[in-house]
Amino acid sequence: MATYLQAITSALREEMRNDDRVFVMGEDVGAFGGAFKVTDGLLAEFGEDRVRDTPIAEAGIIGTAVGAAIAGLRPVCEMQFSDFVACGFDQLVNVAGKMHYRLGLAVPMVVRLPTGGGFSGGPFHSQNPEAWFMHAPGLKVVAPSTPEDAKGLLIGAIRDPNPVIFLEHKNLYRRVKGDVPEGRYVTEPRARIAHAGTDLTIVTYGAMVHEAVAVAEASEASIEVLDLRSLVPLDVDSILASVRKTSKVLVVDEANATCAAGAQVAALIAEHAFEDLDGPVRRLATPDVPIPFSPPLEQAVLPSRTTIGDAVDELLAY
Amino acid sequence: VKPVTTDGVAVERAPATDLLSDEDRAELLRFMMLMRAVEERGLRLYKQGKIPGSFYDGRGQEAVSVGATFVLASGDSVSSPLIRDLGSHLVRGTDIADIFRHYMGRANPISRGREGNVHFGDRRLGVVGMVSMLPDMMLVANGLALAYKLRGERRCSLSFFGEGATSPGAWHEAMNWASVDRLPVIFILENNQTAYSTPPSKQFVVDPVNRAAGYGIPATTVDGNDVEAVFGAVWRARERAINGEGPTLIEAYTMRMHGHGAHDDARYMAPELLTEWEEKDPIRRYSATCAERGLDVEAIRQTVLDEVEAAVEQALASPMADPAEVLDGVFCDHEPEPLGQGAQPWSGHARTHA
Repeated sequence: MATYLQAITSALREEMRNDDRVFVMGEDVGAFGGAFKVTDGLLAEFGEDRVRDTPIAEAGIIGTAVGAAIAGLRPVCEMQFSDFVACGFDQLVNVAGKMHYRLGLAVPMVVRLPTGGGFSGGPFHSQNPEAWFMHAPGLKVVAPSTPEDAKGLLIGAIRDPNPVIFLEHKNLYRRVKGDVPEGRYVTEPRARIAHAGTDLTIVTYGAMVHEAVAVAEASEASIEVLDLRSLVPLDVDSILASVRKTSKVLVVDEANATCAAGAQVAALIAEHAFEDLDGPVRRLATPDVPIPFSPPLEQAVLPSRTTIGDAVDELLAY
Repeated sequence: VKPVTTDGVAVERAPATDLLSDEDRAELLRFMMLMRAVEERGLRLYKQGKIPGSFYDGRGQEAVSVGATFVLASGDSVSSPLIRDLGSHLVRGTDIADIFRHYMGRANPISRGREGNVHFGDRRLGVVGMVSMLPDMMLVANGLALAYKLRGERRCSLSFFGEGATSPGAWHEAMNWASVDRLPVIFILENNQTAYSTPPSKQFVVDPVNRAAGYGIPATTVDGNDVEAVFGAVWRARERAINGEGPTLIEAYTMRMHGHGAHDDARYMAPELLTEWEEKDPIRRYSATCAERGLDVEAIRQTVLDEVEAAVEQALASPMADPAEVLDGVFCDHEPEPLGQGAQPWSGHARTHA
């Protein structure tokens, strides 16, 4: 058994042992082991060249990674919090994301983003910025919900010849444990059925998978939970297959609602599975507000078991 | 050229004579003439409606990109030549017909019609194409340099940017980090005294050459219209870089002789300033130097014009980029090929390795 966090560390360690080209860099990732201790122990094993503390410069971290990647290395960058990636946005969307299309130059790099709310991080330490990157061509976006997937998706991201945004949910780091295979393996970036059912599908990803599964387990109805795992590419076939099976869909995002990943999922279902629906596609997401600090305020905006359960019941009754 | 500033930074006129053979000089002149000929011909194609978008040239600034890039060994990289730096692509060996195909949006191996004007780079030659957000590519140059350093390679990367590009935050991040990690990178500040229409007085109070000291980076100003001065300063910077002494900033002081692009008549620029700088034209000056040394300047010019005309003919006979391929290649689906290696026309590399 390993925590989600330990699984991420294991992926980094395994790939650094496996491939000399892989190195990590970010703010406080060396002796301190990272703000969440994801890189703890790597400095001792791999040394300062491959476990690099950087200046506080997110554009610098990402731009430097682009250069190292096109020179033949495999950088894995850590943004201390996903919110801070906004400072390096230009390097991701204009430099990294367009490089292969414009110039035929591949940029094999990973940017790890500790995302999400639920612990009073406030407006600058709680965001879910994945939709920004889904809208920018040339960037892959993955979002594991389990320790096993965290390890396999990160190893896959490191080996991918493209820039990959790796969303790791802070609220899962130590809370979620599971069996993690030994050694190196790649998890394909396709959706997985986290809980099988026939009456209604909940499509979600990241931390919300666990909330959705809890609702499914407690429900008398047969609820299917589809864990997307990857947002770019998006596994449209698996989404449509589940909708065709259950005919009712709730799409859950922890991110702000407008143009969220779930909005794209809902649009694809409306376009390709309209005839298979037996009710409106229902969405649940964080309203379009910054994530507030005070616990009752934060709990009031983030989707939860209660709000997911209520939405499921309403949709089942439709 | 540039007045000594109040902070005491003097203009350097670096003599490079002992590093260059007369064959090198002929090459330097040829590359500058080639840059001008390609751009003059390109401007005509633009006015004929054969080049879409706008057209950007580096008239009067040829000595900067040619002189700086001429220093590089094949394993070094450029990230990136900007819109005044066509000479950098030429020195690295970019195919001239491909440049015209690229300008015209025709099928070509360097940008496949996805890019225009000087937004390109032949990855096979160690050149990374620029982006328009300046000076973003300084950070990428740092990353290339970091890779060389981590692998223990005696290589460096070269990055160009204008004086206006010293204003955004990326400049600070790149300067600071390059110094912290002592990266083998050379920063060329191409001060052409005009950022689109904005003069340096509205960009900064402290000259970037003086600011470099605040980062612990040695900096110098050279006459950007003297190709040997540029070469000499960059040669020293490269020696520092590959010997582990870290980054160098070189300001090449020059003047933009045309508008920002072909759409811009640059009426905001003082005509007498342009007249004054026309006298300092780098190609005219270096032609005189070469003629004094007995080189056949006219023969070089004719070779260049013939080469450009042949390239234009080939490019005009090429098909437009194919819309059937427009969705290809957003993602790479194969093992990546790292940046390749460019030409190294300077004879000094052969002498070093002999």
